Amino acid sequence: MSGTFVGMPAFPAAAHGAVADRTLRANLRHATHTIRDKRARAVTELDDWAELREAGKQIKDHTLRHLDTYLVQLEEAVVRAGGTVHWAVDADEANSLVTRLVQETGEREVVKVKSMATQEIGLNEALEEAGIRAYETDLAELIVQLGKDRPSHILVPAIHRNRGEIRDIFEHEMASWGRPAPEALADSPAELAEAARLHLREKFLRAKVGISGANFMVAETGTLVILESEGNGRMCLTLPETLISVVGIEKIVPTWRDLEVFLQTLPRSSTAERMNPYTSTWTGTSDSDGPRTFHLVLLDNGRTDTLADEVGRQALRCIRCSACLNVCPVYERAGGHAYGSVYPGPIGAILSPQLRGMGSEIDRSLPYASSLCGACYEVCPVAIDIPEVLVHLRERVAEGGEVVRNGARITVRPAKGHAAERAAMRATAWAFGRPGILRTGQRLASRTRRLHPRKLPGPGKAWGASRDLPEVPQESFRDWWARTDGGKGEVK
Amino acid sequence: MNSRERVLARVRRAVGDASDSASSSYAQDVPRDYHEQHGARTAAETADLLAENLAEYRALVHRAQEADLPALIARLLAERDADSVLAPAGLPREWLSGVAARLVEDSPDSTPHELDEVTAVVTGCALAVAETGTLVLDGSPDQGRRRITLIPDHHICVVRVPEQLVSSVPQALPRLDPGRPLTWISGPSATSDIELDRVEGVHGPRTLQVILVE
Repeated sequence: MSGTFVGMPAFPAAAHGAVADRTLRANLRHATHTIRDKRARAVTELDDWAELREAGKQIKDHTLRHLDTYLVQLEEAVVRAGGTVHWAVDADEANSLVTRLVQETGEREVVKVKSMATQEIGLNEALEEAGIRAYETDLAELIVQLGKDRPSHILVPAIHRNRGEIRDIFEHEMASWGRPAPEALADSPAELAEAARLHLREKFLRAKVGISGANFMVAETGTLVILESEGNGRMCLTLPETLISVVGIEKIVPTWRDLEVFLQTLPRSSTAERMNPYTSTWTGTSDSDGPRTFHLVLLDNGRTDTLADEVGRQALRCIRCSACLNVCPVYERAGGHAYGSVYPGPIGAILSPQLRGMGSEIDRSLPYASSLCGACYEVCPVAIDIPEVLVHLRERVAEGGEVVRNGARITVRPAKGHAAERAAMRATAWAFGRPGILRTGQRLASRTRRLHPRKLPGPGKAWGASRDLPEVPQESFRDWWARTDGGKGEVK
Repeated sequence: MNSRERVLARVRRAVGDASDSASSSYAQDVPRDYHEQHGARTAAETADLLAENLAEYRALVHRAQEADLPALIARLLAERDADSVLAPAGLPREWLSGVAARLVEDSPDSTPHELDEVTAVVTGCALAVAETGTLVLDGSPDQGRRRITLIPDHHICVVRVPEQLVSSVPQALPRLDPGRPLTWISGPSATSDIELDRVEGVHGPRTLQVILVE
């Protein structure tokens, strides 16, 4: 993935700071609770939600099982419709491909539709290095770009900012990127949206190159699909002469008909609308309507490695709706930045460590950034069992084992710091298998209970930092059972 | 090995040898137990539902008989002081017979800056979806290029009911040609990017008026 987040502290350290930020917590709480209730209403309206969810899950699973077939089919269809298809194994290859394609147009600036894939590979930074300016046109992405900030939510990257902060960013930063903010800008969402409209319009009207991702690619027809709200997507997809779309290989659906499932589940899960304001579909190029040149860059960047894991691969079903973020008690308190990735929240906790591998401290800590409450699984429109994958990845962190990295099968060693936990678990297993020793140990613990510390010392200190030790009862269950004959002799 | 072959080889290693072919297992793998539409409605009720859902997302809905269409379009444009109106080549000219504003043709040569000077646009549509309050444009002669319904700030869209009306998304897709560039429109441009609070009107037309013609 991109270098944007290199050097991030592990989740607990990053979350610690975020939880102490009262403004951030208030912003997140307000936003996630608003959308949470609306989503529930939008979903309840459809009495066949469970069936739509199951169909979505099965379409994606089927596609992943036959991904090679569908990729080739998609490529043929896009080429037949007048597009050019490129393949990128990793972020670097995708970035240099796109940079070269922009350079070939002779342009020095591009307009961008919000896209997770281009965030993931750090495309803007790569273009910047080549002297090409990339303008983000989604309102929230604009706020993040102007504020020299990082995205903290999949759908609403500036969810951590409130209207007052956004007003200040517009007032201070718009002028150095183009048209300045209007005089005496107020902080109502309507006025802020108007300021963005005026600021971006001149960029849309002169743009010669547009860059996008895609929500779906239809293998049988070669059609790409983008769902959006503001119209910035339509601007970028129709006004420029050249369109470059960077899309993860898992975004394929086999047939045109399959869209009938996702066009019902995605808007309701995402913005809690029956339908988002604008959806664009295009197949290659069209005569005198829209871009005359269309490039599709198919991106791997860790996806085939994820696909090799039979439990973890379900994360590739994700349609980036962000419903799991909005219901997550951990996300609500820690915020998106603590996850150290463009994919925050529950889905990020299982996607980032799989796409990037578990080489860094942040990626090894992400599977633990959850209370396993299961709310994310419940709202997921493609039924990704996020708790199952979290536990699976925790096992890999603690135990090590075989994984695929960059296409090669390797064995990872257990992460450091889990040795004490493993030793404790082994000792527990040994004691539970020996009743006499367990009894002696429990009695000893009861008699010395006044001497017990409230926190674990030594190697257990880090593990116990966020956990309170349970109080040891006066009498063990086994002793109580023996003394009272299973409760029959209990004095009432 | 080039990148294409490398990615495909990695996919094949990751999923193992699929014992079945994609085309033969597709129908069996994908259960479609969901509804083709939600609830049963008469044609009139379907039109009412479309109107209701469009209005909920702040589109302005009008009902008219074909004969009254020119007067209605002229009035809607005048009320918003439209001084120029884009008209796709295939739009029935009699619809615009009462319009006082200057007519601008949809031409491949016009620049985005020129389109930005135009106040309004009048189009037909390919179809409308009642359950979601959606209009679908497919670039047919009465709808024009995608950009003409994007840059002007005021869009008037005419829907013929019941011919162009379907109940649901599953009914809409088979009637659309994926080879044409499609634009699905559900209310005017909007954003929820500030505190997840919905605000109408960002880059697309801020006023969307829909005329249901019976």
